[in-house]
Amino acid sequence: MKNEIINVSRREFFISSSKVGAGFTLGLYLSGCSEDAADVAKVAGDVVTGKIAQVPEVNAWVMIQPDDTVIIRIARSEMGQGTLTGLAQMVAEELECDWSKVTTEYPTPGQNISRGNVWQSFATGGSQGIRGSHLYVRKGGAVARHMLIEAAAEKWDVAMAECKAANSVITHEPSGRTTTYGNVATYAAGLFPPEQIELKDPKDWKLIGQPVKRLDTDDKLNGKQIYGADLTLPGMLNASIKACPVFGGKLKSFDASKVSNMPGVRNVVAVNDDAVAVVADTWWQANTALDKLPITWDEGPNANVSSASIDKMLNEGLTSKDKVFVGNQNGDVNKALKGATKVVEATYRYPYQNHATMEPMNATALWTKDKCEVWCPTQNGTAALEAAAKAADLPVEQCDVYKLHLGGGFGRRGFQDYVTRAVSLAKQLPGTPVKLLWTREEDMAQGRYHPITKCKMVGGLDDKGNLTGMHIRISGQSILAAVNPKWMNNGADIFTFQGMLPEGDHAISYSVPNLLVDHAMRNPPVPPGFWRGVNANQNAIYMESFIDELAHAAGKDPLAFRQRLMAKQPKSLAVLNAVAKKAGWGKPAEKGVYRGLSVFKAFASYVAACAEVSVDDKGQLKIHRIVAATDPGYAVNPQQIEAQVEGSFVFGLSALLYGECTVKGGAVEQSNFHDYPSMLIKGMPKVDVIVMPSGGFWGGVGEPTIAVAAPAVLNAIFAATGKRIRQFPLMNVDLRAG
Amino acid sequence: MAQLKINGKIVDIDVDGATPLLWVLREQLGLTGTKYSCGIGLCGSCTVHINGEAVRSCIVSVSSLDTSKDITTIEGLSSDNRHPVQQAWKELDVPQCGYCQPGIIMSAAALLKNNPDPSDADIDANVTNICRCGTFNRVRRGIHLAADITKRGRS
Repeated sequence: MKNEIINVSRREFFISSSKVGAGFTLGLYLSGCSEDAADVAKVAGDVVTGKIAQVPEVNAWVMIQPDDTVIIRIARSEMGQGTLTGLAQMVAEELECDWSKVTTEYPTPGQNISRGNVWQSFATGGSQGIRGSHLYVRKGGAVARHMLIEAAAEKWDVAMAECKAANSVITHEPSGRTTTYGNVATYAAGLFPPEQIELKDPKDWKLIGQPVKRLDTDDKLNGKQIYGADLTLPGMLNASIKACPVFGGKLKSFDASKVSNMPGVRNVVAVNDDAVAVVADTWWQANTALDKLPITWDEGPNANVSSASIDKMLNEGLTSKDKVFVGNQNGDVNKALKGATKVVEATYRYPYQNHATMEPMNATALWTKDKCEVWCPTQNGTAALEAAAKAADLPVEQCDVYKLHLGGGFGRRGFQDYVTRAVSLAKQLPGTPVKLLWTREEDMAQGRYHPITKCKMVGGLDDKGNLTGMHIRISGQSILAAVNPKWMNNGADIFTFQGMLPEGDHAISYSVPNLLVDHAMRNPPVPPGFWRGVNANQNAIYMESFIDELAHAAGKDPLAFRQRLMAKQPKSLAVLNAVAKKAGWGKPAEKGVYRGLSVFKAFASYVAACAEVSVDDKGQLKIHRIVAATDPGYAVNPQQIEAQVEGSFVFGLSALLYGECTVKGGAVEQSNFHDYPSMLIKGMPKVDVIVMPSGGFWGGVGEPTIAVAAPAVLNAIFAATGKRIRQFPLMNVDLRAG
Repeated sequence: MAQLKINGKIVDIDVDGATPLLWVLREQLGLTGTKYSCGIGLCGSCTVHINGEAVRSCIVSVSSLDTSKDITTIEGLSSDNRHPVQQAWKELDVPQCGYCQPGIIMSAAALLKNNPDPSDADIDANVTNICRCGTFNRVRRGIHLAADITKRGRS
């Protein structure tokens, strides 16, 4: 790969240079609050003006203090996935700074608007954090380096070409003179940026690709890290909320007099037209009163919706010709199936899931008639700002959002409903900051659930056991139809076909002759959302379980059967072969241990897994080991990729083993971790991670591997027991062999 | 009015006796390192030590406590990350989002205090915290490393 040369916009310079010394206000000022507020806010994420305002801003991405401390701005959100460290590595790579002196901070989405979108996307989802911003953040670092070297050269009155930078030190090579970034940063900040900048060839990277430690660990070890749920502002009140548990229902009435005399209670207020909140001095008081508050709901049109009625809707879609969209088609599948020696058919089902982030949804808002500020953990600062402005009934320019690290996101915090709630509530108490924290029960009831689908797979084999055709019919819910219809294509939701598309980030991993993949869109009134891995989760279960079924029906080894279909997918084949080799596929496993494979492409990365499981005579499953391979193109921080692979397996396997939100009376039945369990350390398999970046493309990391854990385990269960599981979660299934 | 002993200090608390310790720590004392997540003692995010034992503070009412109970929170474990569990966690980059980690660290520290060299089975039995990011394998390695750090410190 050659070096990339990138134009630098002049507008960007003028915006950033005009800010130098102008008191770049990161985070907050609190209208009408005391200096204590600033102290509190500083703790709340180092987002206070004060010291930072004095730091020379070389450009929007890089500020350097006189002591050489480098502050790198991060627009995307850190929710555990390590994107903050990875992005900082990319800026620092081009900046040539001393990594040990790097810190980070979040600019606000409001500043991004006032500075002409200088930080671009704040959205953190779809495994886009690194792959969606690598080019412009590297450019940010490179431009800053250029300006710092130019500053030194001008000060020394020497040619810039004679100067080099490394480790935050600039050296004039002919004379041996040196200076540091901290010494020239103020001067550099006043220079014009170069019109073009050359990025390093990946082979020259020194920091990208290194397993450096995360930058955000220290405060997570001693309780100092402030999450949204922990925020305290002077004069702040606390609120707990209950929205109508029946989807689409409304608030009819509530009797505030029953709780208004309870300790600490300040207000009982309707929030929007479907929720009620108690505001009190402490959250415990607010929630205690809310529990006692008599509430009457108007349950609306969905009061009779149940898991059974939803299942019926999806069953109809499995064979329907109505509202069917084609995602991938080649050849003539009907003819191929008619002419097949053997036809294999199976129907799978994947249930609703809640994200169940460890930190329940929350936001803190302060509303006055001409300003609205929100402190919140969000995966999308810009969307949070828009939601805040709308709920505040103020122009976006009069609002801002201060992001805090997220106690988990997994897609849930890409939705801003909790921001809308907090602002709608705070608007009823002008001038008083209000922290709205949901209970776990509210978080379970008011989710944006992983959508429900069923999938009917029909495959044909010829007399030699070769696959001759396949029809994949997905029936179920579209996320986009509910969330963002603008992204749909003539009524179709392309996301439904993740991992089954003809090409692109979610291309099918096989060349299937005579293929039809279609989707009967059936949208039950349960709000769907993006859930880590999104539709790759169940699509990989459908595809990879069924390919395994076909291999067994053909009397073929599941690895060999797959390999034969992958001649045109060399990167997918490479990850599959890597896990097979490392796991010892074809060689005997330990007694009683059985293996299963899966391979998938999701979020532009190629991933595969080989699971090793045993099932005892009581039907008790033990997952001993999963060998996982990922080719994300470039591996910015291999040890963090390992952490993401292991973590994605916990998320995906928790769903496979335990995860299901059932619906009764139009509401989700599960309410907490007793009936929506999550994997514990005792269930965690050994994970061997193979990171095998092949270069030339940028794939995601946080989500892709989640897809392959579950099908690899299911195929291993089949190998162990002869049972093909097609309904989930496994805790409802008798796994005893036979 | 209750008196509690928290991180070595006696503090006066004026709350309803039914208030869980978790909310006294978070809302009366500003010790927000102890986290709310499930509120019913299942997930372990609110784990603190009472007389050296790991306890889920969301289901301990303040009326059941007095100054004979030595309560330690994550803030009291060490504020400069010098406790062996914190050192091990730093060495292995254990936390992801980090929200459940104070609870897991307190569970691990209590285990190691009672059992300086725990087996994997001991860890499985004693660390029953939920972590949705999925840090479990590093947690396990971290506990073994913390045991080593403690041993090295003594020798």
